[in-house]
Amino acid sequence: MSASSNMNWDRRNVLRAAMGLAAAGGLAACGSNTGRSGGGSGDGLVQYFHAYGEAGVEQALKRYAKAYKDAGVTTQWITGNNYEQKLFAALLTKNAPDVFEFHPQIQLVKSGQVADLTDIIEPVKDDFNQADITSHTVDGKIYGVRMIDDPQFLFYRPSLFKKAGVEVPTTLEELIEAADKLTTSKVKGIFLGNDLTSIDRPLIWSAGADTLTADNKPAFNTDAVADGLKQLRGLFTSGNLLLDAPADSWDPSALIQGLTAIQWCGMWAMPAMQKALGDDIGIFPFPKVGSAGKQSVYNGGWSMFVNAKSKNVEAAKEYVKWLWIDQKKYQEDFATSYGFHIPPRTSLAQSATKLKSGLPAEGVKLFNEFGHFDNIGWTQAMIAAFWDVIANTVRKDGDPKAQLDACEKKVDAELKKLFG
Amino acid sequence: MSTTTTRGVAQPAPAKVSRPRPRRSLRASSTFNFWLFTGPFLIGLIIFVFVPIGWSIWLSFFEARFTVTPSEFVGFDNYQQILTDANFRNSLVTFTVFAAFIVPATWALSLGLALLVNRLRFMRAFFRSVFFLPTAVSYVAAALIWKMSLFNGVRFGLANTVLGWFGVDNIAWLANPDPPWYWLVIVTVRLWLQSGFYMILFIAALQNIPRELYEAASIDGAKPGWQTFRHITLPQLRATSTAVILLLLVAAYQAFDEFFNLLGKATWGQPPLVELYKMALGQNQNYGAGSAGAVVLTLLICVVTLLQGKIMGFGRGEESK
Repeated sequence: MSASSNMNWDRRNVLRAAMGLAAAGGLAACGSNTGRSGGGSGDGLVQYFHAYGEAGVEQALKRYAKAYKDAGVTTQWITGNNYEQKLFAALLTKNAPDVFEFHPQIQLVKSGQVADLTDIIEPVKDDFNQADITSHTVDGKIYGVRMIDDPQFLFYRPSLFKKAGVEVPTTLEELIEAADKLTTSKVKGIFLGNDLTSIDRPLIWSAGADTLTADNKPAFNTDAVADGLKQLRGLFTSGNLLLDAPADSWDPSALIQGLTAIQWCGMWAMPAMQKALGDDIGIFPFPKVGSAGKQSVYNGGWSMFVNAKSKNVEAAKEYVKWLWIDQKKYQEDFATSYGFHIPPRTSLAQSATKLKSGLPAEGVKLFNEFGHFDNIGWTQAMIAAFWDVIANTVRKDGDPKAQLDACEKKVDAELKKLFG
Repeated sequence: MSTTTTRGVAQPAPAKVSRPRPRRSLRASSTFNFWLFTGPFLIGLIIFVFVPIGWSIWLSFFEARFTVTPSEFVGFDNYQQILTDANFRNSLVTFTVFAAFIVPATWALSLGLALLVNRLRFMRAFFRSVFFLPTAVSYVAAALIWKMSLFNGVRFGLANTVLGWFGVDNIAWLANPDPPWYWLVIVTVRLWLQSGFYMILFIAALQNIPRELYEAASIDGAKPGWQTFRHITLPQLRATSTAVILLLLVAAYQAFDEFFNLLGKATWGQPPLVELYKMALGQNQNYGAGSAGAVVLTLLICVVTLLQGKIMGFGRGEESK
């Protein structure tokens, strides 16, 4: 201290030093929570996953990551119901994940946010479900590796059907009628999710329409879809639809707790349902809407993408190749040990013994017979625009045709921005 | 800021600057102390407030989708888009409705609680703490409790259980916007969270009212209760009430958490911040239009605050009361 007391302090210098220190401190604080391991070696990778509901999934993903020797991989487990928003925001920052799971959506490709993975998939391309390859391909390049296929359908309790004298419905009218017969003072007839958005695409497909045409024009604005929305509005106000359940439809709780007789959910929930309800569980596809429609199953799922703006694109691609292409044991473990999912690799799907009999086998059958896959051109903005249609026509008493027209306008504007 | 200018005059003459000064003078230098204490705050303010505001204004003139470093200048297109967007205009209506509910309700409840607690003869500290505690709870956590346990739509939700005793059917509080029960959920959660804090402000103000006023009133024949409250307590709380209302309005403008967590994928009950979040950070990733909306909103807030200051006399001298 004595030395410094003799120093010739200049106010500007002091200020400069103070500001420099403060700025450095601030920046260090910003940068310290990158979640990267490896102490700045530059090899650390960060991967984003949405929070799977089944016990053990997070631990499994961390276990696989730990087994990878070429780079330290940190897993960020994103909870909440807005994974896509958190992911999109993160992708613009310096703390963006190197590897992330999502659904194939073309705006990620057009905006240069995902890396071309053709070279790692090409050698095993034929072993993949070809629909999964198509849904990840833009101009001949493949942008994501499918990890799991998740067919979604309606689950029901056969014992309650028998008691109410109800047959498995194949049309929307029959479904609404069944919900009415199944509703008692304690049990609601059907649960389609708290905001009904998870049946958005099944409704379109079951009405014989599609999200987009093959040359990327809106194809959802049809009279049959409008009629379907009108019928759903009737169901919404009938008192037979379970609303505001504590857990949403992706979670099997509503059916397990006896709050509803029919529930929209995915194949992932089968083990939990079977454990709680034993054999008293059945599945059927989303029923036909209107005379020209056809029953449908939504073959959702999750895929791995590499952030094209990551500093470690090559390392990230290596990791994705190692885990989701080479490590078949882990892929099978991930698809069948926690929730049930269909492996997109044909060889794995054929050898997965847990999916060969009983209810899971029936799920696979519906997946093959009625399944519709994601269309890479149907982006989050378009999905959200259609969710607004559901909110305004089913939960509110809006005119379906007018709402569909408004939605088509928004979708057109998006398409114009994406495809010119 | 006036400190800097006064101290600037007090600077040593140029001839003296070259001479080595003892460190003592530096420590005593008010200018140095001024920067020492305000510097870190100012740096934070510049980095986290002024730079983003500037950046936002810049972005609002560009086509900025999926990027915050755009290159395509589009002039006022984003402003045109946001001002013709029905969702954005509706969000301003939503905010007005929300403020119309929450500001008077919180004002009345916190004043009522303050009056009750202030009259207590025993366990005053206990009740003061009990009512204040919810202030420490996060809005997100409270919103989830309201959504999943108090106001869920099934028979074992607290609200539906109570209604069930009177033979009323289960109500879907949040899923069904007709009738708009969701306002009850949204207003009660905020009421619970913030009333305790404003109660403390009112208690402090109540304790500052001179006892002599009440004694004099009583001698003049004023009846205790409504009459003294109306003619003594309430006028004496004017300054605090004004501040509380201003703070409540600011808080209502900033409402986000409970709307976002309670209403999810609805098209109604979306206040401006939720709407802008969806536009810029959500599915649309349109930072240009989102920033334009933020600029419009900032201008609106400025205008409203200035008007409010004029009407309520906030910041005017004591004599003008």
